[in-house]
Amino acid sequence: MSKHAHVAQLTVAVSDRDHTIGPADAPVTLVEYGDYECPYCGRAFPIVQEVRRRLGDRLRFVFRNFPLTQIHEHAEHAAEVAEAAAAQGKFWPMHDWLYRHQFALDDDALLEGAGELELDVASVRRALADGTYRARVRDDFMSGIKSGVNGTPTFYINDVRHDAGYDTATLLAAIEQAELAL
Amino acid sequence: MRGEPAPDFALPSADGQRIALRDLRGSPVILAFYPADWSPVCGDQMSLYNEVLPEFERYGARLLGISVDGMWCHRAFTENRKLHFPLLADFEPKGDVARRYGVYRERDGTTERALFVIDADGFIRWRYVSPIDVNPGADGILEALEALNAEVSK
Repeated sequence: MSKHAHVAQLTVAVSDRDHTIGPADAPVTLVEYGDYECPYCGRAFPIVQEVRRRLGDRLRFVFRNFPLTQIHEHAEHAAEVAEAAAAQGKFWPMHDWLYRHQFALDDDALLEGAGELELDVASVRRALADGTYRARVRDDFMSGIKSGVNGTPTFYINDVRHDAGYDTATLLAAIEQAELAL
Repeated sequence: MRGEPAPDFALPSADGQRIALRDLRGSPVILAFYPADWSPVCGDQMSLYNEVLPEFERYGARLLGISVDGMWCHRAFTENRKLHFPLLADFEPKGDVARRYGVYRERDGTTERALFVIDADGFIRWRYVSPIDVNPGADGILEALEALNAEVSK
C-alpha cells in the first residue's frame, strides 16, 4: 500500500510552449494555474502584478490554464481566446483584459475584447467555433492535475506548490525565501 | 501487495438511492472522504474531481464522495456544483463508515480529508490522509489508478 506524502511539485517543466513574462534566467519562477472566471483568480491578478512590479527582473511569471468548466460556464472559451490571442502575439494583453472583464465573459464579450486588442477577430471567432485551442487548454489542465493543482489559483514557486496564502506580503515572502534558498 | 479488504457499506446518495460498495466489484473505486459540503473556495475538492472525472473513467474507476452531511445537503451541493458523481451521506449513525475506515475526527464530528483507492476485487490499494485544510488534489489518485492498470494489463 503506498502513501503519498511528498510536497506537490510541478511535473511539467516550464518551456517554450508556456506563456512567460520576465527574464528566462530570473532566480525565481512563479507559475500560476488559473481560471479566468474564478473570482479568487480575479483577486490574485492585481496581487501578482504588484509582486512582479516589486521584484522586477528577479521574477519570471508563467500562466497556465486551469478552467473549472462545470462551475464557470465561460472559463473554457476565455482560456481558448487567450490562446488565440497568443497565436497573434498578444497573450498577456488578453490575459490582463480577461481579468479586468470578469463581469462579462460570454462569447460576444470575448470577441469584443479581441476587437479592442486589435486582433484578427474573424480568426479568433473561428478558433472558438472549431475548438482549435481546446487540446492546448486541456494539456495545461492535465499538467496541473498531475502536479497536484487543488483549486484556483494554485501557485508554484520554483516548481514547489505554494500552499500558504497569496496576499501580496505572503507571496513576496515566499518568493524571497525561495530566492535565498538558491 | 494486496492491502486489506475494504470495509463494506451501503449509504444513501444525494438522489436517495443506496449505494453499496460490494455492488461496485469489478471496477476500481475511489472513496473521497471530505469534511463538509460548501467549503468556501472555487475549485474545492469535489468540484476539482468533477473536472477530472473523465480521466478517472478512463481507468474504469467509480468515484464516491463521502461526508457526514445529510442527503438533502448533498442534493443541494450536487446541484449547485453540477457534480456528476454520487455524494454519500455518512449521516446515520453519524460517521459510522468513516470510523470503519479509521478516518473519523471525533473532536470535530467530521471526517478526515482522506482518499482510498480500492481495486476491482474490493481491496484497499492506496490511501492518503491529507492535512484537514489542504485539498489533496487528484494526482495521487491518478498515480494509484495507473499502478493498478499496469498490474492488470501485465
